[in-house]
Amino acid sequence: MTAPDPSRLVCARCAVPLSPGKVTVSYMGSSFEVELPRCPRCLRAFVPEDLALGKMAQVEQALEEK
Amino acid sequence: MPLERQRVQDLEARCIEEQPPACTAGCPIHLDVRGMTDRLRTGDMAGGFAIVARFLPFPGILSRICDHPCELVCRREEAGESVRINDLERACVDHGYKASALPRLQRAQKRRKVAVIGAGLSGMTAAQDLALKGHEVVVFEAERHALPRIRAWKRPPLPEILIETDLALATAAAVTIRIATAVGRGLDIAPDRLLTDYDAVFLAAGAKASIVLAGEFGVSRAQDGRPEIDPLTFGTSHPKLFAGGSLRYTPAVYSPITSTYDGRCAALSIDRLFQGASLVANRDGQGPYPTRLFTRTEGYPPLPALPAANPARGYSAAEAQAEAARCFPCHCLECIKVCDFLAHHGSYPKRYIREIYNNDGIVKGARKANRLVNSCSLCGLCEAVCPEHLPMGDFCLEARQSMVGQGKMQPSFHDFALQDMAFSTGEDCSLARHQPGFTKSAALFFPGCQLAGSSPDHVAAVYAHLCDRLDGGVGLLLGCCGAPARWSGREALFRDTLETLAGQWRSLGRPDVITACSSCFSLLRTHLPDMTVRSLWTTLERTGLPAGVGLPHRTAPQGAVLAIHDPCTTRHEPDVRASVRALARLKGLAVTEIGDPELTSCCGFGGLMSFVSPRVADLTLDRRAAAGSDDFLTYCAMCRDNFARRGKRALHLLDLLFDTGGDPASRADPGFSSRQENRARLRQRLLASLWGEAPEPSTDAQPAVHLADDVRDLAERRQILMTDVRAVIVHAEESGDRFLDGDSGHFLACLRPRTVTFWVEYAPCDDGYQVFGLYSHRMTVGPEGRP
Ligand code: SF4
Ligand code: SF4
Ligand code: SF4
Ligand SMILES: [Zn+2]
Repeated sequence: MTAPDPSRLVCARCAVPLSPGKVTVSYMGSSFEVELPRCPRCLRAFVPEDLALGKMAQVEQALEEK
Repeated sequence: MPLERQRVQDLEARCIEEQPPACTAGCPIHLDVRGMTDRLRTGDMAGGFAIVARFLPFPGILSRICDHPCELVCRREEAGESVRINDLERACVDHGYKASALPRLQRAQKRRKVAVIGAGLSGMTAAQDLALKGHEVVVFEAERHALPRIRAWKRPPLPEILIETDLALATAAAVTIRIATAVGRGLDIAPDRLLTDYDAVFLAAGAKASIVLAGEFGVSRAQDGRPEIDPLTFGTSHPKLFAGGSLRYTPAVYSPITSTYDGRCAALSIDRLFQGASLVANRDGQGPYPTRLFTRTEGYPPLPALPAANPARGYSAAEAQAEAARCFPCHCLECIKVCDFLAHHGSYPKRYIREIYNNDGIVKGARKANRLVNSCSLCGLCEAVCPEHLPMGDFCLEARQSMVGQGKMQPSFHDFALQDMAFSTGEDCSLARHQPGFTKSAALFFPGCQLAGSSPDHVAAVYAHLCDRLDGGVGLLLGCCGAPARWSGREALFRDTLETLAGQWRSLGRPDVITACSSCFSLLRTHLPDMTVRSLWTTLERTGLPAGVGLPHRTAPQGAVLAIHDPCTTRHEPDVRASVRALARLKGLAVTEIGDPELTSCCGFGGLMSFVSPRVADLTLDRRAAAGSDDFLTYCAMCRDNFARRGKRALHLLDLLFDTGGDPASRADPGFSSRQENRARLRQRLLASLWGEAPEPSTDAQPAVHLADDVRDLAERRQILMTDVRAVIVHAEESGDRFLDGDSGHFLACLRPRTVTFWVEYAPCDDGYQVFGLYSHRMTVGPEGRP
């Protein structure tokens, strides 16, 4: 499967294209602001696969080691 | 609950990898021979010299005339000949000499005066050592030169320039040598004057002169008149007078390295005397001793020593490099050789134990050794091969229990395995019944969660067979022994799981329990001592096999050989292993061993290794698979499935005993999702067929979900279950919360049923949904923890 291009994603509920926006991600009591593609109307965010398995997984591991 | 310091120290002390090699332990001054050969092996002559110069007070001289007791004990002897250590030292001096590598002059806190009687090797060693420490040293020598015996050396004679070069360091350190100056009453210097004018005196004038002087100093003497010398401190009965050198060990033949050793030890005592320190403390390892280092030499092809092309000139640099390469070098590392987990982390148990202990005590900051602690399969192989039987697995388990106790266990390590266990022990899978038509059970069949998950047909067939052959009723117990909880360090959860099981067993009247899984077998036996636990294999050996006993099975064609892989949990169960072999024989099968069964290795499931370090688990499996070219015959469902997953043809013993048709060795690994479904279906099926209880009709019809093989593999590797994939899709379709990819027309949706958010890329198809991708993360996204 080829990873979807976030700029080609549409929120199926609101029928609007996703656009980058600041979103809070949290784990084990720590929170960070990151920029993610999200629906400008309902604010649901999309987490791309490479982010989930890359940077996000690294941060999860680091927080778990604390 | 944290690890105990005493326990840690005891374990650390058992790993002997840091003991010196035999050569170094046998060298009176403990020259780091292995360090030297390590340098020379790479052609680093200067590096070799730096090591030689750190130990030998007179490198030019000793590298030619040392009587090298090290070579007597060099382990290379067992595979060829000893390494020519002394010749290598000479090569270091000849090809790597650098004045800058010689020891440096230190400054003493308080400069004291020392008199040395005799400028032989022991006297000069003591003089130089003390001068380098910053003391003022005067050596009195009756002859006309320092080192008279060395200058008269015959086998072969030493070049004058070599001796002078070696003495230059002593001179630079301001050792004063007063030649042609005899000490003794009526001679050049009166002994009494030395004791009053100097802070310490070292008597090293050879046996003859020293017998006279000992009398004149008035110290205690042995019958032959020699001074009595403390073997540890080289002190005499006079607190300021020390003695050593050939006078101590005559009539044994003159030994340059022993004399050097005497001088070095006396110098250490004198310096300690000046500092007001204990003369005896911490000198246990002084002098030659047999090392505790274990080194296996059997595997090395024998190699003779390399002769120098020109013996008089010694080794060339290239020759030295070749000879140094014959040094093994000596190490233990027996456990590292057999365990991919221990090898993967780049060190050895003594260091790991310390790392794990430090990790355990970290209050603030990253616990970097968490994965180390949790990657061990707890298989016990290291303990079995370790000459000191160090139980690394036990220690890793203790460290896990401590992490859990401190609330520091990383959630991502074991969540998946523990949820799988919760499913196996939950109402969908567990069952405890008497045999249909019975109100009592003499025996109770407990197949274990993995066999039920991997081949439910076998569970049904074995149960029917046991009911047929055993009297008094055979109950059935479906569930899990709690091994995943135990392995993950969750001792409380493990005890709860066991207690539930024990409760079911008691309510069935405490029948004898028959286990098909060797992990269940060993855990139940260890932790439920009231329970009589038997292995299915010993039971079947007794009851006999289903029809066709003794006939070669059709899936084992004439001439085919199977290699028996024993699960790691049978390492200490010879009876179980013997029954398995007996059953194979009953079937007329030709089987071979894969090495010593007590040294079998884990399939990666043990200790939940494959959940924490999948790569190391695969290395472990692949190494085992490569150890035998025949199809494997095993009797653990998890072992079989794991081999299958790595492409190794493997059979379960039940495949042969209870014909299920086809080519069972090529059966694919069912994976975690199917195992769960299998367990649940097995329960429903047996309830219906044996106890006549129709399952509750399921209210919500589940949509069909299709995955291509590569996507299914991905799901397994990423620990994503089909039930979760289905839940994501159902939720997305019902709520409408999903994204549409304009390029592919696929939907992307997520759901967080518990502690993990699952993302699924899918599209509707004719009879349900096709899944194209899936992944997960543990972080929550958005202010309200969405998704
Ligand atoms: S100094 Fe002598 S005994 Fe020590 S390692 Fe060298 S050759 Fe062997
Ligand atoms: S093989 Fe090497 S390390 Fe082992 S005893 Fe001989 S010189 Fe020392
Ligand atoms: S086998 Fe391993 S744990 Fe045992 S002494 Fe050797 S290096 Fe240490
Ligand atoms: Zn929206």
